[in-house]
Amino acid sequence: KRLPLVLCLYSVYSCENKTFIENLHPNICRTRDRHKSRSKDSRSEKSVTINTPPAEPLLGDSSVRGEPVQDDNWGETTTAVTGTSEHSLSQEDIVRITKDLEDSVGLDCRRYFTLTLAVILGLLVFLTPLAFLVLPHVLWPDKLQTCGTACEGLFISVAFKLLILLLAVWALFFRPPRAALPRVLVFRALLAVLVLLFVVSYWLFYGVRILDTQDENYQGIVQYAVSLVDALLFIHYLAIVLLELRQLQPYFSLTVTRSTDGETHHYNLGQLSIQRAALAIIEHYYCDFPVHNPALLSASKSRAAKHLAGLKVYNVDGEFPSQSRAMIAAAARRRDTSHNELYYEEAEHERRVRKRRARLVVAVEEAFTHIKRLQEEEQKKAPGDIMDPREAAQAIFPSMARALQKYLRTTKQQHCHSMESIQQHLAFCITNNMTPKAFLESYLSSGPTLQYSKDHWLSRQWTLVSEASVTSGLKDGSVFLLKCVDFSLVVTTKKIPYIQMSEEYIDPKSHKFVLRLQSETSV
Amino acid sequence: MTCYIPGQPVTAVVQKIEIQKLRQGDRLILGFSIGGGIDQDPSQNPYSEDKSDKGIYVTRIAPGGPADVAGLRVGDKIMQVNGWDMTMIKHYQALKKLTKPNEDVVRLLVTRKSLEQAVRGAMGLQ
Repeated sequence: KRLPLVLCLYSVYSCENKTFIENLHPNICRTRDRHKSRSKDSRSEKSVTINTPPAEPLLGDSSVRGEPVQDDNWGETTTAVTGTSEHSLSQEDIVRITKDLEDSVGLDCRRYFTLTLAVILGLLVFLTPLAFLVLPHVLWPDKLQTCGTACEGLFISVAFKLLILLLAVWALFFRPPRAALPRVLVFRALLAVLVLLFVVSYWLFYGVRILDTQDENYQGIVQYAVSLVDALLFIHYLAIVLLELRQLQPYFSLTVTRSTDGETHHYNLGQLSIQRAALAIIEHYYCDFPVHNPALLSASKSRAAKHLAGLKVYNVDGEFPSQSRAMIAAAARRRDTSHNELYYEEAEHERRVRKRRARLVVAVEEAFTHIKRLQEEEQKKAPGDIMDPREAAQAIFPSMARALQKYLRTTKQQHCHSMESIQQHLAFCITNNMTPKAFLESYLSSGPTLQYSKDHWLSRQWTLVSEASVTSGLKDGSVFLLKCVDFSLVVTTKKIPYIQMSEEYIDPKSHKFVLRLQSETSV
Repeated sequence: MTCYIPGQPVTAVVQKIEIQKLRQGDRLILGFSIGGGIDQDPSQNPYSEDKSDKGIYVTRIAPGGPADVAGLRVGDKIMQVNGWDMTMIKHYQALKKLTKPNEDVVRLLVTRKSLEQAVRGAMGLQ
């Protein structure tokens, strides 16, 4: 009995000798595996007969219960299916789509909104003292007392203080934004409200006591304006302390773990809100964590798949298998030799990597001996073809290209480096008189994410997942996640303990010593 | 061994042991090793009960040698050698008193814990 061909996602695993279909947990059916399987299919057989494709995982399979769907030999017959859907995407397409999403202008309106608010507030703040000084001259110039020397001295003070305030506000607030955070920054909002209230109250007082009564004491008005500017400078000091200084002293130690390969780093941060702590951690991530390489995880995934394969239960009589514990016990009792395979596989891989690395080092060293730097005097004399660094790199690259490519393939790094980038790096090393070992360093060990070009980061859009509100402060034991498309960073917080220190005085003359002998002599 | 209180006389039950020196080549040997002395570290003494006791102790006995034959045991504290006091003496001075070249016989007064216990047991029985 054959069921109609179902157009759903399949993934193909090919072991050494046999190919078999596994409709596993849906997470494994991803486009990347299909891309891989497509390349694998060029080698494996491609017969397209499907006997019994179940549409859901075999455990808890209720839809096909009524029909005896299992052909006993269906695992052994060679069937290989590729992605048969017409909407198959390759990995490059996905990267392109996500990049287009990032470049969209959707989130910018919020930034412009806050920017205009800030500019309006700034203008209000700066023009207020000037307005205080100018309005009496405009509204009641005849009644006004003339401005004496002390008053004019105050003009200079107002001018310079305004200039200092202008520079300070520019330095603190008008910096290029580092990130777009999900919620508003609480301290900045509070400070803006404080400044607004402050200026409004000053205007209120001015309006009631000076404008209405048309006060003639101009010096008093000037002093009032000076006091406003002083208070604004103090508010700016408060802003510095709240926004910058409070975060400097380390208060928490954060542990950041990458979910895919367990790479862990620790950072010390001050008292920050969760979103700002997340921002600091992401910036450290780009500098400290080695780049995320999904190719390195395929081995553990295939092992997991094999374990899952061992736990298959067949609905022989159409009954629902209810004893899951019996299944696990049966699986545990099986003679599992996968640890053996892992050990030998890893030893073999290690050996292979070392051999390729030795060949690579020798090839690069030999290639570097082919070029020599020309000194100034020789440059005028030498007739032959003089090359600039780029041409020199292109000249010696072919002799090491093969060894380098093989090494990168073995360590699964080949997608991180393009030919263009390798030649650029080579030209750079030649220009700066670097040794072959220095040139190879960036290929022998995987560096931090920033070192690679943006296409290979695989981590541009971050989502903060937190149980506590993201504007609340960090606390001891708070946990949050920074999710990316492929992996997530798990962050846990620990408070740095309160340190009790006491002192003990030692008199420098109190260091005295005596010999402790212990001899045994025979008589 | 009683604890030592500075300035107070020390009482102990002692045993007289007479050792005949044996001639070996041009040396006269007794067949045991000593440790301790007022210039040594008393806390490293494995045989003393009171770790501030700086007396001279027997640390090793050569089996079959003159000291073994005479009845000296490992862990004995030597109180006198031929009349010379050994309770307040430096290590090398004790050595010199034991190895005088013109003496053939050394008469030691030694004390050990089993002696005290034996005497106390005998007195208790009485």
